[in-house]
Amino acid sequence: MSITTADLPFDPVTAILVIPAASALVLAVLPGYRLTARLNVLATGLTFLGALALLVVRPAPGEYLLVDDLNTVFVVLGTFVGFTTAVFSASYIAHEVDIGKLTLGNLRFYHAMYQVLMFAMNLALLANNIGLMWVAIELATLTTIMMVGIYRTHEALEAAWKYFILGSVGIAMALFGTILVYMAAQPVIGEGQDAMVWTALVAHAHDFNPDLLNVAFIFLMLGYGTKVGLAPLHAWLPDAHAEGPTPISAILSGLLLNVALYAVLRFKILLAANPNAIAPGPLMVTLGLISLIFASFMLYRRRDIKRFFAYSSIEHMGIITFAFGMGGPLANFAGLLHMTMHSLTKSAIFFAVGHVAQVKRTQRLADISGLTESHPLLGWGLVLGVVAIAGLPPLGIFMSEFLLVSSTFARAPLLAVAVVLGLLVALGALLLRVSQIAFGSPSAGTDRVKASYVPMFAHMALVLAAGIFLPPLLVEWFQNVARLLG
Amino acid sequence: MQPFAFEVAHLLAGLMVLVSFMLLYQDRMLGLIRVFALHAFVLSLSVGWQAHIQDAPHLYITAAIALVLKAIIIPVALNGMVVRLGIHRTIETVGGIGPTMLLGMGLVALSMVVMLHATAGATPLAREDLAFALSVVLLGLLMMVTRRNAVSQVVGFMSIENGLILAAAGAKGMPFVVEISVAFSVLVAFIVIGVFLFRIRERFDAVDIEAMQEFRGERQ
Repeated sequence: MSITTADLPFDPVTAILVIPAASALVLAVLPGYRLTARLNVLATGLTFLGALALLVVRPAPGEYLLVDDLNTVFVVLGTFVGFTTAVFSASYIAHEVDIGKLTLGNLRFYHAMYQVLMFAMNLALLANNIGLMWVAIELATLTTIMMVGIYRTHEALEAAWKYFILGSVGIAMALFGTILVYMAAQPVIGEGQDAMVWTALVAHAHDFNPDLLNVAFIFLMLGYGTKVGLAPLHAWLPDAHAEGPTPISAILSGLLLNVALYAVLRFKILLAANPNAIAPGPLMVTLGLISLIFASFMLYRRRDIKRFFAYSSIEHMGIITFAFGMGGPLANFAGLLHMTMHSLTKSAIFFAVGHVAQVKRTQRLADISGLTESHPLLGWGLVLGVVAIAGLPPLGIFMSEFLLVSSTFARAPLLAVAVVLGLLVALGALLLRVSQIAFGSPSAGTDRVKASYVPMFAHMALVLAAGIFLPPLLVEWFQNVARLLG
Repeated sequence: MQPFAFEVAHLLAGLMVLVSFMLLYQDRMLGLIRVFALHAFVLSLSVGWQAHIQDAPHLYITAAIALVLKAIIIPVALNGMVVRLGIHRTIETVGGIGPTMLLGMGLVALSMVVMLHATAGATPLAREDLAFALSVVLLGLLMMVTRRNAVSQVVGFMSIENGLILAAAGAKGMPFVVEISVAFSVLVAFIVIGVFLFRIRERFDAVDIEAMQEFRGERQ
C-alpha cells in the first residue's frame, strides 16, 4: 500500500466515474451497432482497469466520494461483471438485431443506457454522502427500468411497469430513511452537508438519537431491501429478469442487487456504531431467511427458464443478507465470498440462458431438453453453472455455504437447520430442472450458437478456481472487510 | 421560533394530511386529479413557508417546482390523457371507502406515535413536520395498494413523493433538497411519459392493472 495516487498517470476514482459517463454521451449519438458494441466493451474494460488500480492506491476520502476496503470489493467485482457482460452483450445483441427483435435506434439507446447504468452503480458504491448514494441508486433503477422495457412487448412493458412501481416505492422509503438519518445527525454534527457524509456519520453515531436511527433503519432496510429483491418485496424481480434483454438479467442479478445490498450494509455499520440502537442483525436475518425459504419452494413452480433463475437469485440474495445479518468475522466472510461467487455464477448462467433462448427460440422450460446432445459445450456449461449455483463441491459457492452453515450451527443451531432446509429444497429444484433441460432427447432448434462463449467460461473458471484454492491475498482482504462490517 | 411561524407550518402540514384523506375517497378519475393538484399546491405553500421561516432561499426553488410541475403541468397532462383514453369513469377500490378511511386513520395514528416518540429530542417544528410527512407517505402507500388503476397508482405515488419533499423541507438545513426534488420530478415525468408514450391502453387494452396481471405468475 505504499503507492499513492500521485504515482499513477490517472486518478482511478475519476476514471471509474468519468469513463462510463463520457461513453454514455458518445454512444448515444454514434450510429451503427458493430462499432458501438465494441466501444461499449472498450469502455467497460477501461473502467475495470481503473477499478483494479483501486487495489493498490487508496485516495483519501472526500466530502462526496470514499474508497475503503468494503466498496473496493464491490467496485472491482461490479466493473468486472460489467466488462464480461459487455463482451457477451456485443455478440448477443448482434443476433437480436439480425432476427429483428431490436432496431438500430433501440440499440443506440441500449448502449448509452448500459454506460449510464455503470456510472450510476459506481457512483452509488463510491459515494460518501448518503444523499448522493440515494440519487445514484435511483438513477440505476431508472435506467434498468427502461432497459427492461426495451422490447416493447406486452410482457416487457408490464414487467417494466411493475418494476417501476415497486422500485419507486422502495426508493421512496429509502429516501425517508435517509432524511431520518439526517435528522438524527443534525443535532450532533450540525446543519448542512456534513450531516450526510457517511464517514462523519459513523464517527459521531454513538451520540445520535437511537430511536430515530431505529426508525430510519427500518425504512432503509425495507426500501433498499426492495431493490435487493428480498421476499416479500421481490415481486418485480422475476418479471424484470424474464422480459428484459438477457445481458440486463445478468447485470441485474450480478450487480444491481449487490449495489442495493451495499447500501443496506453501510447503514448497518452506522447502526452498529450506536450502542443504544437496535441490533440490525435480526431484521436482516429474518428477511434473508424468508427470502431463502420462500424462493427455494417457488423454484418448483417456474415454467420459464429466466424466471427460474431469477427466483434462484432471490434465494441467494436471501442467503447473503442472512450471512451479513448474522455478522461476526466468519459469517461476514462467508457473505462476501458468497456474494462474489453468486455474481460470477449467476451472470454466467444468464449468459448460457441467453444462448439457449436464442437457439431454441423459447424460454419455456418444458420446450427445452437434450441440450448436452444438441449443443454439448453450451449444455455442459449450463450444467456446470447449475451445479455451482446449487452449492455442490468443489465450486466456490459450496465453500461459502459451508462456511455460513457451519458458523451458524455454532451460534444458532435452529437457524442453521432452516438454512440447510432452504438449500436442500433449492438443490432439488435445480437438479430436477437441469436434468430435464440438459439431458434426454434434444428438442427442436439446433442452430449453432452465434454469440461468444468466452465470458461464460471465464466466469465459471474463476468460480471453480475459487472453490479449489482461494489466494491468501484475497482471504486477507475479505477478512479485513469482514472486520469492518462488525 | 415565533409561535406564529410554527402555527402556520403546522397548519399547512396538517392540511396535506387532510388532502391525502381526500385523495383516498375520490371515486372519479377527474376528481382524483383535481384533488392531487390541490395536494401539490398545499405542498408548495408549505415548502415556501419553510423557506421563509428557515431563511433558506433554495427551498423556494423546490416550492416553485412543486407548484409549476405538480400542481399545474402534470394534472393538466393527466387530465388530457384520462379524457382521451375515455377512462373518466368510477374507480374501483379494494375493500370499500369506509374500511380504507379507517385504515388511513390507523396509519396516521401509528405515524404520530412512532415519530413523536422517536424525535423526542428534536425541535417541535421538525417533530410535527416529520410526523405529518410520514402520515402523508403512509396514506399514499395505502392508496397505491387499494387502487387498481394505473393512473391512480401514479397519483398515489406522487402523493408519497409530496410527503417526502415535505419531510426533506422540514429537516432544517438538509442539503440536496432541491436536487432530490428535481430527481423526483424527473421520475414523475418518466411515469407520465411512460403512461402516455408507451400507450399503456394500446398495449394493455385498458389502463387497468387487472388486465396487466394476466401474466403475473407465469406464461403458460
